[in-house]
Amino acid sequence: MKLDALNYILVAALVVSALGTVMAARLLMAALGLAITSAVLSIILFRFDAPLAAVFELSVCAGLIPAIFISAIGMTRRMSDEDLAERQKRRFRKLWFLPVLTILIGVALTRVHVALDFPMPGATAVKDVREVLWNLRHVDLVGQVVILMGGAFAVVVLVKELKHE
Amino acid sequence: MLPLLILVPLAALLLCNLPFNRQIRCTAVFLFAGAWSLIQSAMVLFRTDVLVAPSAINKFISFGLHLTDVGRVLLLTIGVVTFAAVMVGNRMVTGERARFNFINVLLVSLVGMNGAVTVTDLFSLYVFLEVTSVSSFVLIAFNRDRNGLEGAFKYLVMSAVATVMMLTAVGLMLMFAGDTSFSAVHKALTVNGGHMLAKLAMILFVSGLFIKGGLVPFHGWLPAAYSAAPAPVSVLLGGVVTKVSGIYALVQLSQNVFPPNAVVNHILMVVGTASIIVGALAALGQTDMKRLLAYSSISQVGYIILALGAAGQGGTPGKLALAGAVFHLFNHAIFKSLLFCNSAAVEDIVGTTDMLRLGGLGARMPLTSATSVVGLLSTAGIPPLSGFWSKLLIIVALWQSGLYAYAVLAVLFSVVTLAYLLTMQRKVFFGTLREELSRVTEVGMSLLLPQVILAIVTIALGVLFPLLFNTFLLPVGKL
Repeated sequence: MKLDALNYILVAALVVSALGTVMAARLLMAALGLAITSAVLSIILFRFDAPLAAVFELSVCAGLIPAIFISAIGMTRRMSDEDLAERQKRRFRKLWFLPVLTILIGVALTRVHVALDFPMPGATAVKDVREVLWNLRHVDLVGQVVILMGGAFAVVVLVKELKHE
Repeated sequence: MLPLLILVPLAALLLCNLPFNRQIRCTAVFLFAGAWSLIQSAMVLFRTDVLVAPSAINKFISFGLHLTDVGRVLLLTIGVVTFAAVMVGNRMVTGERARFNFINVLLVSLVGMNGAVTVTDLFSLYVFLEVTSVSSFVLIAFNRDRNGLEGAFKYLVMSAVATVMMLTAVGLMLMFAGDTSFSAVHKALTVNGGHMLAKLAMILFVSGLFIKGGLVPFHGWLPAAYSAAPAPVSVLLGGVVTKVSGIYALVQLSQNVFPPNAVVNHILMVVGTASIIVGALAALGQTDMKRLLAYSSISQVGYIILALGAAGQGGTPGKLALAGAVFHLFNHAIFKSLLFCNSAAVEDIVGTTDMLRLGGLGARMPLTSATSVVGLLSTAGIPPLSGFWSKLLIIVALWQSGLYAYAVLAVLFSVVTLAYLLTMQRKVFFGTLREELSRVTEVGMSLLLPQVILAIVTIALGVLFPLLFNTFLLPVGKL
């Protein structure tokens, strides 16, 4: 697929949200950053004709995993504003190199040429997501349902039971 | 019938969450989990033909599942260890709500493990490994104490790194093969296996599985998770979860998906040996029983990985190494579950697994102590117990392959294994009974039964080895 302007914007958004996730001082912001990163990645996957991967990324990585993180964060104590500001400063001091490193790796990747000198058969040419989910990958669909159930139990075990107690 | 291995526990999971009386549901689902794990074990042992035969269900649902000889061993392991975990959980998880939640998540884990063992597609394998990981994360954090949450968090973070590696590898392999089925990827890698990206894909997937299996140098999460988890979860994790999510997947890939690759084989042998050494040396310095057993697991899994690497050398020694790897995988699942059941018994009665606060318990807990001796001797490879034979197969295969240094190290660290496990036994069960433990009594049937069953299996596998060798192991190694 040709890298048009929208793709560049999406990749930039992906990188920025991922960096924000890692560098955020507040756990809640980091969890939200993770959800945004996964959501942007899902859009990229949809645009790359990978609907199954996109659906999986969107539901599990953008939905379930941040939900579990947020559930766990809900059990923690809130930091004071002063502590938070100090923590944010320390985090920037510790991780300042990450954006620099990301830019350097990005530049290096555009310079490196990997010879794709092998036949690429291309993914199975089924475009309809229903066909993929119901006829080709239904075992994965069952697996995904079970992961969602596991996530639901995580919320019950980690949060609901705590409130109950 | 194979889809039933996934669908029956899943249906039970859905049914027990319907709005009936919670107490009835809780009892029913506990009974179901115990019964199903036994049925699964019995089907693998006595009626594998029923499992693999086409049935009416295949007309409606065909998951494309397949059961290999190694898969059979794993299904049996899952059944036996899950039964032990259910029995331990029945005693040690208290409170109706907690029991209900525990058994639900355990069923999710069972679905994940059964799926991972029977799928024939790399992406499906990834999906079911994730099912197992999510349930493990919840189970480790089940008590919501500081240690449990820390262990679960470490496991989650490392598991996420493994996921990224494995997904990247699946993407690269999809590029080569146009499909993610084992057969298509094998075919594509056989043609293009020498390409840099193909090698990268293989190394990424294998590294991801190293993390899931808790192998050195990716083992940081394992002692924290095993020791912080509630006792029945430690039995499940130490016994079978890491075997399925890391080790079985490695066996499956190295034997059926990746073409013979010297680089991958060398990596396996080096990582296996490093795990044997680091795990054993770290176990020597532990004062907590569960933490010691966790490091011991790293070391014993190292033997399996070392043998798997040697299996890639090919020829009869290679096949012998594969048979040894699979046999040790099963044996380790059984005797390590046994040792974790022993630690659960100690924790249940005394309330701690800190060895500095224990001593002389053998006088008050004779059966727990006796079964612990069986478990530790088998782990150390003392004849005629099962661990002796599997280690012997591995060491003979290494020697016959000309891998003398690896063989010598494997023998030497068996001695170290004996040293740290005997130290554990001495500190916990032998010696004079501490005064504050004078009121201790033997555990009840729910904790004794799994210990006795696992000890009997460990002894029987050793004594019946000549019979097993011909009927069970030789077909696995395709000798």
